[in-house]
Amino acid sequence: MTASLVVHGLAFAYPDGHQALYGVDLTVARGERVAVLGPNGAGKTTLVLHLNGILGGGRGTVAVAGLPVTKEHVREIRRRVGIVFQDPDDQLFMPTVREDVAFGPANLGLRGPELADRVHEALVQVGMAEYADRPPHHLSYGQRRRVAVATVLAMRPEILVLDEPSSNLDPASRRELADILLGLPITILMVTHDLPYALQLCPRSVILDDGVIVADGSTYDLLCDDATMTAHRLELPFGFDPRSAMSVAPAASPSFP
Amino acid sequence: MHVPDGFIDAPLSVVGGVIATVGVGVCLRGARRELDEKTAPLAGLVAAFVFALQMLNFPVALGTSGHLLGGTLAAVLVGPYTGALCVTVVLTVQALFFADGGTTALGINITTMAIVTTVVGYGIVVLLRALLPARPASVVPAAFVGALISVPASALAFVGFYALGGTTGLSLGGVLVAMVGVHVLVGIGEAVITALTVGSVVTVRPDLVYATRSYEQPLEIRHTEQAA
Amino acid sequence: MSAGHHHHLYLDRASLIHRLPPQCKIAAVVLFVTAVVTTPRGSWWPYAVYVLALGAVAAAGRVPAPTILRRMIIETPFVLFAVILPFASPGPKTDVLGLTLSATGLESAGILLAKGTLGVVASILLAATTQPRDLLLGLQRLHMPQLLVQIMTFMFRYIEVVLGEMNRMRVARESRGFDARHVGHLKVVAQSAGALFIRCYERGERVHLAMLSRGYTGRLPVFADARSSTGQWAMAALLPLVAVATTVAAWATL
Ligand SMILES: Nc1ncnc2c1ncn2[C@@H]1O[C@H](COP(=O)(O)OP(=O)(O)OP(=O)(O)O)[C@@H](O)[C@H]1O
Ligand SMILES: [Mg+2]
Repeated sequence: MTASLVVHGLAFAYPDGHQALYGVDLTVARGERVAVLGPNGAGKTTLVLHLNGILGGGRGTVAVAGLPVTKEHVREIRRRVGIVFQDPDDQLFMPTVREDVAFGPANLGLRGPELADRVHEALVQVGMAEYADRPPHHLSYGQRRRVAVATVLAMRPEILVLDEPSSNLDPASRRELADILLGLPITILMVTHDLPYALQLCPRSVILDDGVIVADGSTYDLLCDDATMTAHRLELPFGFDPRSAMSVAPAASPSFP
Repeated sequence: MHVPDGFIDAPLSVVGGVIATVGVGVCLRGARRELDEKTAPLAGLVAAFVFALQMLNFPVALGTSGHLLGGTLAAVLVGPYTGALCVTVVLTVQALFFADGGTTALGINITTMAIVTTVVGYGIVVLLRALLPARPASVVPAAFVGALISVPASALAFVGFYALGGTTGLSLGGVLVAMVGVHVLVGIGEAVITALTVGSVVTVRPDLVYATRSYEQPLEIRHTEQAA
Repeated sequence: MSAGHHHHLYLDRASLIHRLPPQCKIAAVVLFVTAVVTTPRGSWWPYAVYVLALGAVAAAGRVPAPTILRRMIIETPFVLFAVILPFASPGPKTDVLGLTLSATGLESAGILLAKGTLGVVASILLAATTQPRDLLLGLQRLHMPQLLVQIMTFMFRYIEVVLGEMNRMRVARESRGFDARHVGHLKVVAQSAGALFIRCYERGERVHLAMLSRGYTGRLPVFADARSSTGQWAMAALLPLVAVATTVAAWATL
């Protein structure tokens, strides 16, 4: 079976000359959930924007389910890879929740009842169906984040990429989002600074620092590896111990699928 | 300088419409080279910016006021073809939606304020950049001069339309002196704003300035020993 | 879009005119104004017909007269211009209220004001009954080139960001005792313009990336089926038909 995502030797500089990626290698198997950890400015968002061809033109290759990310495949790639941006306000721009969720599938050519079903299904998945006719900017932050996830789920992606999904969520919304993600049978790549969240959701983690992958392994092992953690400015929240956390949350066992 | 409905007679409004249609057609072909999926929002921002600039009326003399045109700024930021399209979009929205400038005078307004300004302004920028040292910052003085001259040039084009199809019976000499006089002053304001805007964008985001595009540098690859 | 759909020009009403497809309304406005502009010099009665016709549209669209009058302020520059005409134009003079005025100048001023004002009011009615988003759809259906539609889409999205930021900067300046009438204000505006540009761009850039990620190709998806029926076209055609008939009659009776 081809891997869901293969990134090979990816290097990239922004137009102002600032180089952000220095040769990233990453392979993600189908159905795997992987956390991308790393300090601010490490290049995580830059990497994410390469996964569906928003950024490109540097060195190296990205392939999604065997299909290389190039200009001629960009439509298909964007159907396969759904990206939830860090700030839901960047993601939501239509007048109502319904139209916003419909935006992606409509771009894929869906119309009429088929489109309406897609929208409804995605909103039900995130528990926001009764908000369909509200304007997104009248929702709370956590609700907007959920709608942002729905806008991407409505496109039925093969890979879901989330850029810091738990930031600014209250504990209940954070847990609800985790429940949604755990229920999805698709490949998930999650950029996060929230290490307990990574441990809960992703059996595997990679650390990106200064534009390269510096560590790749089981999330549990990485979080317990103090030397690697401090070397890359990663810190567990006060009072959080992965060892005791795993004993109460056996759902995400630190093993590879 | 937005020409209202009924200011220029019908035949000449049609002439203006034809010139504008041909001009916009040329720009649409040319803009395909300048625009890609990532520069489209930049063009929209430039249009919004020009829209805002055109709302800045400032007093010139004797109770008359002038407003900025933004053609040179648009051309320098997104390229001449796209720049002309940006101003065209602004004028269309103003005419249809904001009642600023006549719907039937749209052709004339596009010709004088979108096409003449970008052609003259960007033409001067290209000329001056050939004379100035070859570095991104050179675009700033070039844009200053381009903007300075583009505004009275646009006023002159307006007077040309007026000479051929004006409906108000004012003496041509008087209109010429008043329009060009006022717009020489407006041109100074336009030049200052254009140069300062281009200057600060060139410093912070040179990649957003079309007139300075050209960046290629080798990428460095780092190899790491992966832990864990 | 996020900025565009709450436009202050739009009056949220349920009316016949609001429900007309945007492409019909745009075409009607353009034809109406064209008819008005071609009214021959020397006949005045057609303007009464035009005013009545626009009045009927305003009533059907439930746009109150005070709103229209308030928005007509946009005409001020050319009203001022029209006021100079009777003084500055050559030709025979007449006496009006003790002032010596040019007769042709007076006539020109009257025509200019009448035609210009009718054009302005037609646009005001269009804007009051059509959302910017629908204006875009209308222009798209009238086959405005895709590139222009795209630039306009982004322009609507950025306008309020830009104006909002400009306003914030103005408030900040004035609260520090800065006098905007002073010529020096240009300099201050200009100095902040570059920063404003970059700030606005970076805000919009991220939204655009999110749109691209969801398969946006520059064409707005059309959800509601807003195709226009023959009946709607017929209704929208009423206004320009009245105007064209009036102009033709005016030329015929000249
Ligand atoms: N548009 C841009 N132009 C130039 N440099 C940029 C741009 N966007 C990001 N960078 C730079 O590239 C580097 C990587 O940025 P990136 O946004 O990928 O970091 P990140 O890992 O997502 O950080 P964070 O955790 O803060 O979100 C940073 O040094 C940043 O300053
Ligand atoms: Mg980031």
